[in-house]
Amino acid sequence: MKGRGSVEIRYLWVDLEEFRLCDINLDITDGEYFIVLGPTGAGKTVLLETIAGLHQPRKGRILLAGEDVTHAPPERRGTGFVYQDYALFPHLSVAGNIAFGLRLRRMGRGVIEERVTAIGRLLGIEHLLHHMPGTLSGGEAQRVALARALVVEPRLLLLDEPLSALDPETREALQRELGRIHQELGTTTIHVTHDFEEAVALGDRIAVLKASPLRALARREDRVGDSRREGRIVQVGTPEEIFRRPANEFVARFVGVRNIFRGEALSEESGYKLVCLDPSAGPWSSGTCPGPFVLGHRTGPYGTVPKDQGRQVQGPRTEGSGHRGVEIVAVTELEGPVHASIRPEEVVLSREPLLSSARNGFRGRIVGISDRGTVVYVTVRIPPDFICMITRRSLEEMSLREGMWVHIAFKASAVHVF
Amino acid sequence: MRALFADKMRVSFVGLGSLLILFVAWPLLRTITASGPAVLWRTLLDEEVRRSIGLTFYASLIATAIAFVCGVPLAYLLARADFPGKRLVEGIIDVPIVVPHSAAGIALLMGFGRHTPLGKAFGLVGLKFVSAAPGIVIAMLFVSLSFLVNAAREGFEAVDPRLERVARTLGASPWRAFWRVSFPLAWRSILSGMILMWARGLSEFGAVVILAYHPMVAPVLLYERFESFGLSYARPIATLMILICLTTFVALRLIAGRGEKRA
Repeated sequence: MKGRGSVEIRYLWVDLEEFRLCDINLDITDGEYFIVLGPTGAGKTVLLETIAGLHQPRKGRILLAGEDVTHAPPERRGTGFVYQDYALFPHLSVAGNIAFGLRLRRMGRGVIEERVTAIGRLLGIEHLLHHMPGTLSGGEAQRVALARALVVEPRLLLLDEPLSALDPETREALQRELGRIHQELGTTTIHVTHDFEEAVALGDRIAVLKASPLRALARREDRVGDSRREGRIVQVGTPEEIFRRPANEFVARFVGVRNIFRGEALSEESGYKLVCLDPSAGPWSSGTCPGPFVLGHRTGPYGTVPKDQGRQVQGPRTEGSGHRGVEIVAVTELEGPVHASIRPEEVVLSREPLLSSARNGFRGRIVGISDRGTVVYVTVRIPPDFICMITRRSLEEMSLREGMWVHIAFKASAVHVF
Repeated sequence: MRALFADKMRVSFVGLGSLLILFVAWPLLRTITASGPAVLWRTLLDEEVRRSIGLTFYASLIATAIAFVCGVPLAYLLARADFPGKRLVEGIIDVPIVVPHSAAGIALLMGFGRHTPLGKAFGLVGLKFVSAAPGIVIAMLFVSLSFLVNAAREGFEAVDPRLERVARTLGASPWRAFWRVSFPLAWRSILSGMILMWARGLSEFGAVVILAYHPMVAPVLLYERFESFGLSYARPIATLMILICLTTFVALRLIAGRGEKRA
């Protein structure tokens, strides 16, 4: 009835000395890539370790593939665990690390070697099998940790901030790798991160975890000190839902105000890439401004631009007509379906077209102005909608109003493609 | 700034430190060079001397083995678990270092003497501690177990607990995670603790002499010869003990050091 990798968590409470998780309920379907998103110290690792059986919950149940494993020891759960800083066995070679779980299953030498080589090939670490962990770079070490977890064919892969310790370039490469491996193997994955863009790029769904000081009206023995915190899940949904309709102020703030688009990266001879933005989806940023922030395009379909549609567009300076994608210039190695984000403070707003080094310039209409005191967020519909952050003083000097036609510009290097 | 004589402060530190090194090395050197090879050879041919040296090594080895079997698990618990009374347990482990060793001998006599309950119980299985080899073993065990337990605990503390957790998720029972991950990784510290404990056991005099004057271990024999016949009779035994201990100690350290480089 249930898939081999489905996870159900019911009313889970975990009590640790300084921390507790409260009332966690999750349903993760077989083959899903599930993200647990939250700031540092929200209990993400504790949640993963509890699912792996490394902490005993005080109450609640954990079901793997419909089987109650709440009290099963870690070795009987069939999970694979990858820690942020790899946790490779320093006394074993790369091959020894990967083979660790297979040896415990008393497999024959031949079978072990075969499977180690196969997973090594899948992760591109074949040439490292005889190295010791101490000699590996961060990215290589994390691939080895992944291989070690995946080679035993776990029902559930648990990733604890697997990309956080890596430099940006390696991180991007490994992030794509995670996506590719998940597509290839289809292993149900729970991936914990504090990085929203990582969550967007990989996750089918996201659960947002929030930690707060322990509730004062708890039982007396719980009131040990002020340092105790508790973690709760505040929202579960697709990346788009989380972004467009944050359940509360915390989620909105955590996700932040940003321009995120889906699009297609096309190669360009000049060394830059063109990214076609999906005009119908609108910016994801619409939902993240709580308060008097009125925007259209909240309900557009969420999909990629068809390839031919992107090519119809005439050059990067096309002014949006409302039905076609715009092309923006970005610096990236990626091709194909991508996400692109531009920070609102990187977008320059002007009443006349500017002659500047910015490779991206568009004309659009102001559809929303959100006053936040010293700064103001202005939404300009090209389409899609872009959010620009300007100072209150600029707003007054340019006397911007809704419905006004303005120009926006941003540098190709300000576009983060992922 | 790694040079020994980089500045005036370092020069004066070198001078002060050298005093201490000389203080240890000079008497040892004098003892070693005082007896010629012929005298040493004659001493080595002495049946009583050989027997006592053999007994010393053997008893210390047994003591180390006992401490290994019970002390390594204890060290693991101290490194990994939190429990009420943990500080007390750590204190008890360190007590043998701070009490005078003759007092330790008296305490052991109170615990394992002929007419004590434990002494009687062990007597039933033919083990007696007073004036017998087992007494030497427990005396050595008592005064030197702290070295092994503390070294092993530090070894386990240096092993990232997450390595064990990963091993568990990969299918290892707690036993297997211990034997395949924690133990091999802490082995270097454990081994170094064992060497230290064994060497400390070899040199034990105070506790041993109270529990078991006979059969004589080398330090007791040395003392007896000194008391009965004077310096010139005791010196060759002292030289022999120092030479043997130094050689074994250095050899074991080298073997352990080679292991470290490989890992």
